[in-house]
Amino acid sequence: MEYIVLIISAVLIKNILLAEYLGNCPFLGTSKRMDTAVGMGLSVIFVMTIATAVTYWVQYKVLNPLGLGYLQTIAFILVIAALVQFVEMFLRKFAPPLYQALGIFLPLITTNCAVLGTAILCIRREQTFPEAIVFAIASASGFTLALILLAGIRERLEISDVPKALRGTAIGLIMAGLMSLAFFGFVGVDGSLKALLHN
Amino acid sequence: MGLSKEFTKGLWNELPPFRLVLGLCPVLAVTKSAETGLGMGLAVIFVLTCSNMLVSSLRNVIPRKVRIASFIVIIATFVVVVELTAQAFFYPIYEKLGIFIPLIVVNCIILGRAEAFASRNGVIPSALDGLGIGTGFTLSLTVLGGIREILGNGTIFGAEIMWSSFRPFTFMVEAPGAFLSLGLLLGIMNAFSKSN
Repeated sequence: MEYIVLIISAVLIKNILLAEYLGNCPFLGTSKRMDTAVGMGLSVIFVMTIATAVTYWVQYKVLNPLGLGYLQTIAFILVIAALVQFVEMFLRKFAPPLYQALGIFLPLITTNCAVLGTAILCIRREQTFPEAIVFAIASASGFTLALILLAGIRERLEISDVPKALRGTAIGLIMAGLMSLAFFGFVGVDGSLKALLHN
Repeated sequence: MGLSKEFTKGLWNELPPFRLVLGLCPVLAVTKSAETGLGMGLAVIFVLTCSNMLVSSLRNVIPRKVRIASFIVIIATFVVVVELTAQAFFYPIYEKLGIFIPLIVVNCIILGRAEAFASRNGVIPSALDGLGIGTGFTLSLTVLGGIREILGNGTIFGAEIMWSSFRPFTFMVEAPGAFLSLGLLLGIMNAFSKSN
């Protein structure tokens, strides 16, 4: 039951894009069209889950026993970069249709701070392994949800009369701000859910 | 003249994050107040200048195929230096910046400058480029942080400046305010540069 609260909190209340400010470059970069938004969202779910599992293992089985905790940043970014490369090669070889759909987004994910951020957050919050995995999937789903919502809005903006100076990224940011205001409405839901579950 | 241009272009023509719309996450996250914006900016100046210098001095040694991975290792090294220094000597600001210090590694501005400038130019122009872009980034963060802190909290660098009956717009220091103020500032910058 704790997991339900964790999922709702990661998807809606502390949405990784709209409340935690992670992964905003791809958020604005790939939200102009719906198909790129869906592709990016699915790639992030895929990579973030694997990356969190692997970095969790690296932290607790390699870095901590050797007393190398201060190398966390370097180790994690290298693991993620290598992993993305590996996933890309694996998909190209064994799942060409999936590679066709996600291929161009995979290299971009290495520098997506949402992936590294989630991996580090799991360690900093001292989550257990199942919690970390659930948290990663939920965060990535929240990312996809916000990305697809924004892509829907921006596709409509294409045909509307936006002031010249605000066209492009500026109006995208303002839309993201309004969406984040809407997501603010969920604040406190996790608290009441927790209270409900304990009664 | 040529060298000073490398520095000054970062202050207006290529001012991040407004002209180069890169590295947005720290911009949104750490501009809750002018102080955190300035702290983040200084960390980025250090990492950017050092990594630009090292990348440019190694540019003939690094094989092209593994250059991105090498750049990331170089950047990550300096980020760890900043992280440990901040933890030891500037603990309050380290606490406030939190996860965004390790995340300087994936700040696209730094990797972007390594790839677009430092890997093609000498050490001194690269250092000036890093300093210039870093200073522009710091100024933007401090201004944005200042605006959000004044409107959202009624203070600047922690000092009260608004009249006593002023009711702060609390949402300005939360996530929606970050997106809105950055979007509006970007629009103002666009309007201004088009009229020139």
